[in-house]
Amino acid sequence: MLLSAALFMIGVVGVLVRRNMIIIFMSIELILNAVNINLVAFSSQLQHTVGQVFAVFVVAVAAAEAAVGLGIILAFYRNRETVNIDEMNLMRW
Amino acid sequence: MGEAIAFYTIAAFVLGFAVLVVSTKDTVHSVLFLVLDFLFVAALYVLLGAEFLAAIQVLVYAGGIVVLYLFVVMLVNLKGLPEEHRDPHRRTKLGLGLAAAVLVELGAIFASGYARPVPQVAEAAIPVVGNTEEVGWLLYTNYLIPFEIVSMLLLVAMIGAIVLAKREL
Repeated sequence: MLLSAALFMIGVVGVLVRRNMIIIFMSIELILNAVNINLVAFSSQLQHTVGQVFAVFVVAVAAAEAAVGLGIILAFYRNRETVNIDEMNLMRW
Repeated sequence: MGEAIAFYTIAAFVLGFAVLVVSTKDTVHSVLFLVLDFLFVAALYVLLGAEFLAAIQVLVYAGGIVVLYLFVVMLVNLKGLPEEHRDPHRRTKLGLGLAAAVLVELGAIFASGYARPVPQVAEAAIPVVGNTEEVGWLLYTNYLIPFEIVSMLLLVAMIGAIVLAKREL
């Protein structure tokens, strides 16, 4: 559990600190991995497989999220020639 | 005892590679560290008795998602590193402080409340033949509708990614 929490925190730090969109997405993958570790740990501790089934769902959702997010990054890069998150202020009011 | 040693070794590798993923300057190096991190997480799954999930982890994450990331890194030409534009120190300190605070809180919660013994849940009714069979059994009986919804989500995400990445519609 502590491993999962620590990995989660590293992911959160990555999201908050880095300004490169690709690295921010990788940090999100780290966060989802931490959640998966937590689910599997509970699954093995409670001797029940449901946690692993949920982890499979999390993997599927992470794959979908990565595909769409990287598509957004590509479209954005094509418009702005950068992957800096600070430049992404088109919809700022 | 050996299991505990293996767990701590793998945990140290996972955390170390995660720190490297977040902290390296070069994006390609970051992706490669991400692969190693995913492989060690898969090893952790094997240690926890989830062989099917370990195989899924290696196939989907280390095989699929990372290749996707590498493609994007190579398509996106990273000349001016984003970190050099503006001083990120204020946010860095804020982020590290927040994360450390939450980690300490979580550690306190686990240290105080998690020490009591876990109640033993009754054995699952299905005949246990193996990890993969068990997961598949649950996936196609109790969780059939979420499974189908996930398949729809993947289809929608695929179409969305194609639409987003297409040059013009």
